[in-house]
This record gives sequence, C-alpha cells and structure tokens, in this order.
Amino acid sequence: MAEAINPVDRARQSNRKVAMVALSMALGMLGLGYASVPLYRIFCQVTGYGGTTKRVDAAQAAGIVDSGRTISVRFDANVARDMPWDFKPLQRTDTVSIGARDMALFWARNESDQTVTGTASFNVEPEQAAKYFNKIQCFCFTEQTLKPGEAVRMPVLYYIDPAILDDPDNKDVEEITLSYTFHVTSVGDAKALDQSKTGG
Amino acid sequence: MATTAEHFQGHAEEHHHEHKPAFFARWFMSTNHKDIGTMYLIFAIIAGIIGGAFSGMMRIELAQPGIQYLDIFAKWFGAVNPDFNSTLHVWNVLITAHGLIMVFFMVMPAIIGGFGNWFVPIMIGAPDMAFPRMNNISFWLTVAGFCSLMISAFVPGGTGLGAGTGWTVYAPLSTTGSPGPAVDFGIFALHLAGAGSIMGAINFITTIFNMRAPGMTMHKMPLFVWSVLVTAFLLLLSLPVLAAAITMLLTDRNFGTTFFDPSGGGDPVLYQHLFWFFGHPEVYIMILPGFGIISQIISTFSKKPVFGYLGMAYAMVAIGVVGFIVWAHHMYATGLSVNTKMYFTAATMVIAVPTGIKIFSWIATMWGGSLEFKSPMVWAIGFIFLFTVGGVTGVVLANGGVDDVLHDTYYVVAHFHYVLSLGAVTALFAGFYYWFPKMSGKMHSEFLAHLHFWVFFVGVNMIFFPMHFLGLQGMPRRYPDYAEAYAYWNHFATVGYMIMAASLGIWFVNIIYAFAAGRKAEDNYWGEGATTLEWTLTSPPPYHQFETLPVIGETAHH
Repeated sequence: MAEAINPVDRARQSNRKVAMVALSMALGMLGLGYASVPLYRIFCQVTGYGGTTKRVDAAQAAGIVDSGRTISVRFDANVARDMPWDFKPLQRTDTVSIGARDMALFWARNESDQTVTGTASFNVEPEQAAKYFNKIQCFCFTEQTLKPGEAVRMPVLYYIDPAILDDPDNKDVEEITLSYTFHVTSVGDAKALDQSKTGG
Repeated sequence: MATTAEHFQGHAEEHHHEHKPAFFARWFMSTNHKDIGTMYLIFAIIAGIIGGAFSGMMRIELAQPGIQYLDIFAKWFGAVNPDFNSTLHVWNVLITAHGLIMVFFMVMPAIIGGFGNWFVPIMIGAPDMAFPRMNNISFWLTVAGFCSLMISAFVPGGTGLGAGTGWTVYAPLSTTGSPGPAVDFGIFALHLAGAGSIMGAINFITTIFNMRAPGMTMHKMPLFVWSVLVTAFLLLLSLPVLAAAITMLLTDRNFGTTFFDPSGGGDPVLYQHLFWFFGHPEVYIMILPGFGIISQIISTFSKKPVFGYLGMAYAMVAIGVVGFIVWAHHMYATGLSVNTKMYFTAATMVIAVPTGIKIFSWIATMWGGSLEFKSPMVWAIGFIFLFTVGGVTGVVLANGGVDDVLHDTYYVVAHFHYVLSLGAVTALFAGFYYWFPKMSGKMHSEFLAHLHFWVFFVGVNMIFFPMHFLGLQGMPRRYPDYAEAYAYWNHFATVGYMIMAASLGIWFVNIIYAFAAGRKAEDNYWGEGATTLEWTLTSPPPYHQFETLPVIGETAHH
C-alpha cells in the first residue's frame, strides 16, 4: 500500500480533479457575468437594442437619398434628479422627410450658482425604430459645461434611414420620439470652462 | 436492488464503528453527511417558519382594503413613530424577506442541503460526500447568510428600516433608490448563501461522478440522484452570474461605478438580464430535486420501477439546458422587440415538452401498479396535481402578448406559488414523510400525515387559486392595499392561510408524536416497492455506512 498507487490517494486525486473542473466552470461563469457588461454595450450599439440610436459621420450620411416620405419626430428633454438645469427642446415635433438631414435644437440653462458639467443619455421610442435613427452631430457626444445662469442652444443633426420603410416591425410607426436626459458629471470644475458651449 | 444489496452489512455495522463525537464537535464541526443533512433540514424549518410568518403578516394586512397592521409591524422591526412612507416600506421589506428566505434559506437548504446530503451518498452506495469538510463550510455559510439577511431588517434601508427591493433587487431601486446599509446586508446575504451553494454543488458533482459503488453506473442511479446532479450543474453555472450582478450592484452603491446607472453609460436593464439569467435556472434548482423525490415515491408505492427511466433522467437534463435560454420571458415588459419576444415565447413553451414527459411518466408508473396510498404517495399525487396547475398557467404566461396584460399581477403570483409553494413545498413534505422514519428511526403517525395533507391541500388552494381571478381582474403585485373590488377573494385567501397554518400545527404534532411515542422504524418500512440502497440500511442508518461498498448487480433496476 505504501508504494506509488495508494487507492485512497488515487480517489482523492480524482476527486480533486473533478472539483477543479467544476470550480473553473463556476469561475468561468463569474467572468462571463462581468464580460456581459461590454458585450451588452456592443450588442446595443450594433442592433439598436433598447432604443440605442446610431452615430454616423458626415461621409456616411452623404450617401443617403431622400425618400420623399415623411414621418413625425417628437422631442423630449428631462434631467436627472440632482441636475440643476432647465432643459427643453425648442420644437416639440418636427415632420421630416425620411432620408433627409434635419436639425433639432435644444435649450438648457444652469439654474444653480455653480458651474455644472453634464452628459446627456438618450433613448428612442418605439425601440424598434432606434436602429434607423442616425445622428451625425449631437450635443450628447461630448460633455457640456454651463456656468451659473448660463444658457445655451444645442443642435442635433440627424436623419432617419430610408431602410425603415422596408422593415415590417416599423410598418405602423408614424411618430418617433427622441428623448434626452441630462446627468451631472461634475460640479464646479474649472477645467471644463475651456470646452465648447455651442455643443458638439 | 433489494435482491443484490439486501441486508449485506447494515446490521453488522450497528454494533461497532459508532463512536460519535461529543455534542459540540458532532454538530458544530460536523463532517458527517447525515448530520449536516439533519442540520440543513432543521435550519430550513426554522427559516421556513420565519418566512412563513412574514407571509402571514402580509395576508393579514391584505385581509381587507386599506392599511391596518403595517404600522404595528414597523414598530416590531424597531421603528420609532414611523411616518406613513416608512410604514408602507415595511410592506416592501416583508415581500423581499419572504421571497429571499423561502428561495435561498428554506427550499434550497431543505431540498438540496437536507435531502440531497442525506440520501445522495447513500443511494449511490458511498460512505460520505467527496469533501466532508467543505460540506460543513457550505452549511455554515448558509447560516451566516441568513443572519446577514435578518440583520438587514433592522438597519436603515432608505425609506424606512430594512431592504425593500423585492427578491430581484432591481437597479435603480436597489442602487440610488435605497441608501443605507440594509440593501448591502441583503446583497451580502446572497453572496454568502451563493458561495455555500456553489461549494455544495461542486461537492455533489464530485460525489456523484467519483464515488458511486461498483456496478452503480450513471444509468442505474436513482432518479433523485440524477435530479441533484442536474441541479448541481445549474447552481454551478447560474449562481456565479448572480454573484457578478450583485457585486456590480454593491460597487454601484458604494464605490461610484455605473454598471447600471445611465448617467455613467450603464443600463439598468442589463441588471435584469443578468439577474434572470440566474433567476430562471434558479426556479428549476428549486423544483428538480422535488421531481427526483416524487419519482422515488411514485415508484415505491406503485411497486414498479419508474416508467421510462432514461426519458425521466434526460428530461431533467433537457429542462436544465433549456432553462438557461429562456430568461427574458421575465422581462417582456422591458421593451423587447417583437422578434425577441417570439423567440423567448417559443423557447419557454418548449420546456413544457420535457416537463410533460415527466408528468406522463409518473402517471404511467402508477398505471397498472399495485398502488398503496401511504402518506408520501398522497403528498406525491398532490404534487403532480398542483404542479400541473402551475405548469399550465406558466404556459399561459410564456406568451409575450398575454404577459403584456398579466405582467406583475396576482396571476403571476398564483403561477409561481403553484409551482413553488405548492409544488416544491409539497414535494418537500412528500420527501419528509417518505424518509423521516429512515432519518429518525421513529415512525410518524400515518393518520396525522394524511390529515396534514388534506388540511394543507385545502388551505393552499384557497390562498392561491383565487389569485388567478384577482390577477385576471388586474390586481397588481407588491402593494399592501387594493381597490374594494378585490376584497372578497383577498379575504378568502387570508382564511386559506389560516387553514394552511393549522396544517403545519398538525405536522409539528406529528413530529413530536414520532419522537415521543412513535414505533421504532424497521429497515424497510415501506415494503417491497422501496428498492434503493437506503432501505438496505438500518433506520436510522449507522453513523458511517458502506465501509464495505455494496455491489450493484446487472439486473438491478432503479
């Protein structure tokens, strides 16, 4: 029994092997749980899932032709609970030609006595329309800084992809809502004063 | 198996090898799978009483419209002059605690930790679990987790004392919506219980793969062992995802990360995806070992091997596999696209196929069998009925379109209580009456066991069946108050709760009776139908069993 292959040791070794395989499966799933954060973000950007709009550059946008069909776009603006800005769209709705570029203007004023930097998150309803909502330029691409009492007009340059007309899921969509929410990024930050105030 | 493994050693061991350690070492430093199983069962009963008392507090509040008792309950938790909001917060604390306790500290410890620990090693002819000391750690981690959850009820949770997030702990309610340490304690409780369960799962997998007696091939294992094996894999693959999700919650709450916070580019819906990627397998974790117990019982009291053994085993594997790809049917209301809903509807309905195989195989096992309606059999047949009702409403809710109407109504509450409170718990009681004399060495009263069943059956159906009506009429979940129109059936359900509570009284009387005056249990008190290895041992089994491994013959059946 004292030689190389003691059956008790062998059983113990084999138990340890199975347990290690099982443990690594558990750790693998733990890793996958964390990996899901970037994977989910990529998934949303690619598919427009959950109302994630698309960002395109001017060159891509140049190839889009106006379809001549129109759709109504509704604008919504609100702020997070701790955000001291007054934030609203300058037009409630806009009737746009599908495939044509259009500009919407938003307006914000810092109501507090401190300089506040904010970032806008965005969403599109109905969600299946999000992947056809392309933004060429948007104040939401960068942070915005407002000094106390300062007001600013912020443009969004966008177009609706004509491919929406061929999508059966969007057949009954007559109006698309674009919604922005401003969140506080930092308060009273001096370096932010250099940044553009006209919007990105 | 009775023919091959019959009485080969149980009695020989009765007279020696019984040096049990002294009380403290035996119960607090235990490495014996039967002792740990017993501790899990006692722990689950205590947790179940607390979780059940919380549901009683909810039912009494819901007995009539308006808020009657919540301010009293708020004072019980230590609130001084609670305002109206913190009074209402007590409701959220109750639903949260009830859900978490029943899932993590009652059903799971009882069905996996209790019966799994007790009977998996015995049924495969192993002397103990593969890692006895890790088994001990698993148990005490679960206890520590329970203590953490109990502490959370007495510390600030934002609106009032305690964590009021629901068992799902959705962000942003659980992050920015609940300042104070209560939710942190709740998350910590899940971490501890989760770590204990993962260790338990590794232990079961190793035991079942490596420690089967000679001749006990995978395809000869009793179905209860199969069910615990599948469950262990579900635990191993799903719990780490929950651990990741709640750790992200914890860092979002305390360390300024924004995994689920849109202001930093996160998405609260991601939390729901992660939670339900764990949460759906979790519901099978609770019910699969119950399936295993029911298979053993139906076969025993039909005096036949279970119908379609391989189909039964692989139906559980199929349920486990498909259970991982249906999670978003809990999230139909989050704005999924039509195509996504179509996929999740279809995938969810597919689960009805292996589940149907199981239901029909149980009936086919009984068909033409020499039936004996002993108490475990009555509980098992009750299980089949109640679980099928819950399964049918599950198929209804699987439809993305129907769920738009029924989401977060009492119809959902009725559905998951039929499969869990009535399904899993009925399976637990069936297993209890089946194995209690084996574990304790004392016979319970069959009369009281039958009485317990009938009173329980009437009580739980009175609680939960009317909830289908309430849900279809639009009564939403998770509120302490409701419109006058819902008063009748809510009052009815509260009466049902009292009947159900009375049945538990019968159960306790039965346990006391068994220990005080119960007959001594024979080795195989259920007779010829009981053929698995635990029936070859004494009742209770020797402290260390199978020091000479049993050999399972070619012709042995399950």
